[in-house]
Amino acid sequence: MRLGTEALALAYLVSATLFILGLKGLTHPTSARRGNYYAVAGMVLAVAATLLHPAVKAYGFIVAGISIGAVIGVVVALRIKMTAMPQLVAALHSFVGLTAVLVAIGIYLIRAEQGALNTVLMAELFIGSFIGAITFTASLVAFGKLQALITGRPLVFKGQHWLNLAIGLAMLGFGVDFVLNNNFASFLALTLIALVLGVLLILPIGGADMPVVVSMLNSYSGWAAAATGFTLGNHLLIITGALVGFSGAILSYIMSKAMNRSIVSIILGGFGGGGEAGADTAQAAAAGKGIKSAAVEDAVFLMSNASKVVIVPGYGMAVAQAHHALKELMEILEHKGVEVKFAVHPVAGRMPGHMNVLLAEADVPYDHVFEMDEINPEFSTTDVALVVGANDVTNPAAKTQKSSPIYGMPILEVGKARHILFIKRSMKPGYSGVENLLFYQDNCSLVFGDAKQVCEKMAAELKNA
Amino acid sequence: MSGTMIALYVFVLACFVGYWVIWGVTPSLHTPLISLTNAISGIIVVGAILVGGFVELGAGVELLGFVAVLLASINIFGGFLVTQRMLAMFKKKK
Repeated sequence: MRLGTEALALAYLVSATLFILGLKGLTHPTSARRGNYYAVAGMVLAVAATLLHPAVKAYGFIVAGISIGAVIGVVVALRIKMTAMPQLVAALHSFVGLTAVLVAIGIYLIRAEQGALNTVLMAELFIGSFIGAITFTASLVAFGKLQALITGRPLVFKGQHWLNLAIGLAMLGFGVDFVLNNNFASFLALTLIALVLGVLLILPIGGADMPVVVSMLNSYSGWAAAATGFTLGNHLLIITGALVGFSGAILSYIMSKAMNRSIVSIILGGFGGGGEAGADTAQAAAAGKGIKSAAVEDAVFLMSNASKVVIVPGYGMAVAQAHHALKELMEILEHKGVEVKFAVHPVAGRMPGHMNVLLAEADVPYDHVFEMDEINPEFSTTDVALVVGANDVTNPAAKTQKSSPIYGMPILEVGKARHILFIKRSMKPGYSGVENLLFYQDNCSLVFGDAKQVCEKMAAELKNA
Repeated sequence: MSGTMIALYVFVLACFVGYWVIWGVTPSLHTPLISLTNAISGIIVVGAILVGGFVELGAGVELLGFVAVLLASINIFGGFLVTQRMLAMFKKKK
């Protein structure tokens, strides 16, 4: 059976509708799973219809590709740890980018064979290939940074932006030559240059800006799909690409706003360093600065006498895998009649919404987890704020110190709680390299140690208390 | 109106749909949003299938299509499944 043009177009329209409904499902956790099923249905329909496209004459390679891809995809999806979601997403973005490049090359060869090349099509192929190539290598570098294969520190050198500009212009030159003179060598050259550009664009961006990078690459992968849609005259690809492209763009905007930084300054890079390393003398260093520290027993005493505890998790919680211990802590406290809430800053973690997923994984009910704007008014009535692996997002310097690099960033107003317990491995500052002014407040005590061990110890002590 | 022009209309209107739909997504589901959009951007498999199913140019182009289909399929299966895994974890208090 072969589908005619009209039938194909109708199938694609239904697919596009299902994708939109699928994304709409994510407005609430209760409708989200249904949304995912809608999107799956849309994909099945689109693939089935395309297999019946009159231009598809051989199935061996296609079936082999789908089968092998299915096995790899399923195995990876089942095995991946929730803490490693940012890496997985970066890797998947790179695949979309590479696919876009391969499809662009394929379409060029096919249309050349058919004698159907024209300026508009070649311009579209140019755009499709360079967005795809940049997405591919940029995502690979992001993957390397997230997986700690390469340093999370921004790699900056003199004249970097001029170099990128020159490379970008060279790419444009080859692109124009390809479009006007049908020079396939120029097409390959521009694609190679775009691959290099992808690497150079992400290298200067530091670890702290990873939530923006992940969102941005999400957006690029969408635009790559949309550009491919233009080369094929396929409206389903165009619609889907636009949806994904805008999704990533909006997330990038939300993330950069939550850091009070412009997207441009993030892309230009150079902000933030690597992770914090442990230090044995942390306690001594703290005492020297007039910072209070508390033992786990003191912390437990404060919490067991509290009526409301707000837990503020950050990326450090994910690194230490402390989320399961926190859930246990929550249950014990609730059992004792203490109200427990979780407060999540938009840029906590390495990708948007990362903390929410980790807490959900640990079986923390989602109605216990609150966004910054919801929870901030509540800190003044909170007895104990327990900060686990977050730092910059709680720093009052963002409100009070005009000279601070994080000034203007919206923060979780932890400082307003009656007591603040801050679990920390060492006295090293957060990603921004700024010292947390919270530590000098009278109501703040640092609890030194690995987040997971400290939380487990707290839970054990509380049980006996 | 040319085909490209119609495509441009579709593109611009789809951007607006994307804008409105995505702003409605709750922040707690932003990670599943990224993995779901990741899965549906695997729709590029449509282009890959068209390349892989073109026989007139011999095995070279078909092979190109094969790699493209493979990569896009990893995205589709991996993306949908990991989204499902995450969404299944979001529960209310029993």
